[in-house]
Amino acid sequence: MDYKSNNNTLLEIRNLTKVLGGREIIKDVSLSLDKGDLKVLIGPSGGGKSTLLQCINLLHIPDKGQIILNGKEVSFKKKKEILALRQQIGMIFQDFNLFDHLTAIDNVAIALRKVKKLPKKKAFERAEIELARVGLSDKLHAYPAELSGGQKQRVSIARALAMDPVVLLLDEPTSALDPELIMEVLSVIKNLSESGMTMLMATHQMSFVKNIAKEILFMENGMIIEHDTPKRLLSKKSRTLDFCSKLA
Amino acid sequence: MFDTSFYINQVIPALNKGLLVSLSLIFPSAICGLIIGVIIGTLRANGKGIFSKIAAGYATIFRGTPLVVQLFILYFGLPNIGIYLSPYLAATLGFTLCSGAYHSEYIRGALLSIKKGQILAAQALGFSQWSSLVNIILPQAMRRALPGCGNEIIYLIKYSSLAYIITCIELTGEGKIIATKTFRFTEVFLAVGLYYLIMVTLAGWFLKWIEKKLYVPGFGKNR
Amino acid sequence: MLHSLEVVISSLPYVLGGAVNTVAIVVGAMAFGFFIGLPLSLVQVYGNNILKFIANIYVWFFRGVPVLVLLFLFYFGLFTLIDLNISAFWSAVLVLGLRGGAYQSQIFRGSIQSIPEGQLKAAKALGMTDVQGILYIILPQVIRISLPGWSNEYSIVLKDSAIAFVLGTSEIMSRTHFVASRTYEQLAMYLCAGVIYFILTWAGVYLLKQIENKLKIPGYTI
Ligand SMILES: Nc1ncnc2c1ncn2[C@@H]1O[C@H](COP(=O)(O)OP(=O)(O)O)[C@@H](O)[C@H]1O
Ligand SMILES: [Mg+2]
Repeated sequence: MDYKSNNNTLLEIRNLTKVLGGREIIKDVSLSLDKGDLKVLIGPSGGGKSTLLQCINLLHIPDKGQIILNGKEVSFKKKKEILALRQQIGMIFQDFNLFDHLTAIDNVAIALRKVKKLPKKKAFERAEIELARVGLSDKLHAYPAELSGGQKQRVSIARALAMDPVVLLLDEPTSALDPELIMEVLSVIKNLSESGMTMLMATHQMSFVKNIAKEILFMENGMIIEHDTPKRLLSKKSRTLDFCSKLA
Repeated sequence: MFDTSFYINQVIPALNKGLLVSLSLIFPSAICGLIIGVIIGTLRANGKGIFSKIAAGYATIFRGTPLVVQLFILYFGLPNIGIYLSPYLAATLGFTLCSGAYHSEYIRGALLSIKKGQILAAQALGFSQWSSLVNIILPQAMRRALPGCGNEIIYLIKYSSLAYIITCIELTGEGKIIATKTFRFTEVFLAVGLYYLIMVTLAGWFLKWIEKKLYVPGFGKNR
Repeated sequence: MLHSLEVVISSLPYVLGGAVNTVAIVVGAMAFGFFIGLPLSLVQVYGNNILKFIANIYVWFFRGVPVLVLLFLFYFGLFTLIDLNISAFWSAVLVLGLRGGAYQSQIFRGSIQSIPEGQLKAAKALGMTDVQGILYIILPQVIRISLPGWSNEYSIVLKDSAIAFVLGTSEIMSRTHFVASRTYEQLAMYLCAGVIYFILTWAGVYLLKQIENKLKIPGYTI
C-alpha cells in the first residue's frame, strides 16, 4: 500500500509489522495522516485495530516498519524518543483508563506536572480549561467512580488534549458506553475535528463515519484491505459495505 | 481488694520501663519490616527470574514457621556457628524478617491487582517507567495494601511480647518479674494486657485515620 | 555437623510425639473457638445493642492482648484465682480457644455481612422465621465463605501454639527446647522444629483448600 506523502503529511506509518504470541497481528500496514485529517479504522473484532493504534503510540514496539512524525523518523530503540512521541500522540482507550485514585482535575493535571514538569498552578489552570472544553466544569473534583461512562471518556479526552498532542488516536471511544451517552462523546470528537485536530479513530459508529470521516481504513486479519472516502467505499460493492450493512 | 499503692509504687513504674523497651523494639521492626516487605513483594509480583523465586521462598518459609522458632534460631541457635546476637538485636531482626514476609503478601497482592490499563494510560501520556511507578502504580498499590499492612503492624505490636522469651526484658518481661516476685499474677497481667490494648487501639485509630485520609470513593470496588 | 544430625535423628520420635500434642492443641482450640466465634458473630450482626457491646468488648480484649500475656494471665492468674485446676495442655487449649473465638467471630461476621440481604428476605417471604432463615439459608453459606479465613486462622493458631511451651505443655516446641538445652545442639534442633511446623502449616492449608474445592458450588462467589 503506498501513500504518497506530501508537504502536509503529519504522521506516516510505513510497512508496520507486529508479532504477538508468535502470531503476526499487524502485517505490513502503511497509512498516513495529513494535518486536520480524521480517518477511521473499521473492521471485525480481532482484526488488529487496537494493536495497530498501540503500535503507533509505541505502547507496542513494532517489529518492522517506520513511523515518521513531522517528517522525522522515530527510533524505536531510544527511550527518550519513545517518550517524546507518546507525548505528541494522544491516546483514548475504549475503557477510559482514568487513574482510579485521582479526581478528574488531577487526572488531567498529573501528566502536565510529572511529564511536562509544569508548575502545579499552571497545570491546574490548564486542566480546568480542558475540562471546561469537554463540558465538565462542574465535575473537577469528582473521582472516576463518581462519573458516568460518558463523563469518564470526556475526562480522558481532556487528559489527552492537555498534553497538546499533534495527533489523537482513539480506540473505540464509545463502545463501552450506554447508547444515550454515546452522543455526548461523539459531539466532543466532532468539535475537535472541526477545530483542526488530526485524528485516527477505531469505531463502529456508522453515522459518524459517513458524515465526518475523511477516509475509511478497513482492517481485517492485521491488514488494511480497503481504504477510500466513505462516499466511494460505501456506494459500491466492497468488503467495507458488506461489513457495515451487517452492523446496522 | 483493689490495691492502688501496689500499682502506683510497683507495677506502673516497672511496666513503663518495659514499655519503652517494647516501643524501641516495635518502631524499628515495623519500619524495616515494611521496607523488606515492599522489596520482597515487588520481586514476587514481578514473577520472573531467580530473585522472584528466592523472594517467594523467603515468604513461604517465614510465613510457615512460628515466630518463636525463628527467634530461638536467631538467639539460641546461631551461637552454634559462632554468631552471637544480643537479645535486643535478635528480637528486632526476628520481628523484621517475619513481618517483612507477611507485608510482602499484601504488597504483592496490591501490585497484582492494579489494572493493566492504568499502566498503559500512563505510558500513553509519556510517563517514563519510573515516573509511572511513583505517580500511578505506587499510590494505588499503597491504598490497596494499607489495611493488610496496617493489620500486620498491629500483630507486630502484640508479638513483640515474644522478645521476653529470648531474655529481652520488655513490657511482658517486666510484668513477669514483678508477678513472680509478688505472686500477684492476675493483677499484674491485667495491667500488662491493658498496656497492649492501649497500644493496639491507638495504632488502630491511627491506621483508620490514614485510611480515611487516603480514601478515594469507589476505589478498589470496581472490578 | 555429624553430631547435630545424630541428635536430630535420635530425638525425632520424641519431638514428633510432641507434634501429636501440638495438633491436639490446635484442633481443640479451633473447635472451642468455633463454638465461641459463631454465636459471637451472630450477636455482632443480629444482636441488640447491649449484647453487641459485650461481644465487641470480648473481641477487643482477646484480639488486643498478646497470646503470651493471655497465657500468663489465665494459667498463673485467673485459673488459680477461681481454683480451676487444669493441666498446662488444657490451659493452652482454653486460652487459644478463647482468643481464637474472637478471631473466628470476625471471619464469620464478615461472611454474614457479605451475603446479600435478599437471601434472608427471600427466606422470610417463604414463611421462614428469622431463626430458620439464619439457620437454613444464611449459615450454610457463611460456613462456605468462611473457609479461606478459617485456613488462615489454622495457620495462626498452629504457630501460636508454639508459645504455649512457656507453660511446659509437652508439644513440639517444649520438647525441642528440652533436647536442645541438654545436647547443646540448639541450631539443629530449632531448625528441625521449624521444618516440622513448616510441613504442618502448609499441609494443613493445602488440606483446607481441598475441602474448600469440594464444597465449592459452581458459579457461587460473593
Ligand atoms: N498481547 C497479545 N498477545 C497475543 N495476542 C494478542 C495480544 N494482544 C492482542 N492479541 C491478538 O491480536 C489480535 C488483534 O487484536 P486487537 O488489536 O485487539 O483487535 P481489534 O482491536 O481489531 O479487535 C487478536 O487476535 C488478539 O487475540
Ligand atoms: Mg480493539
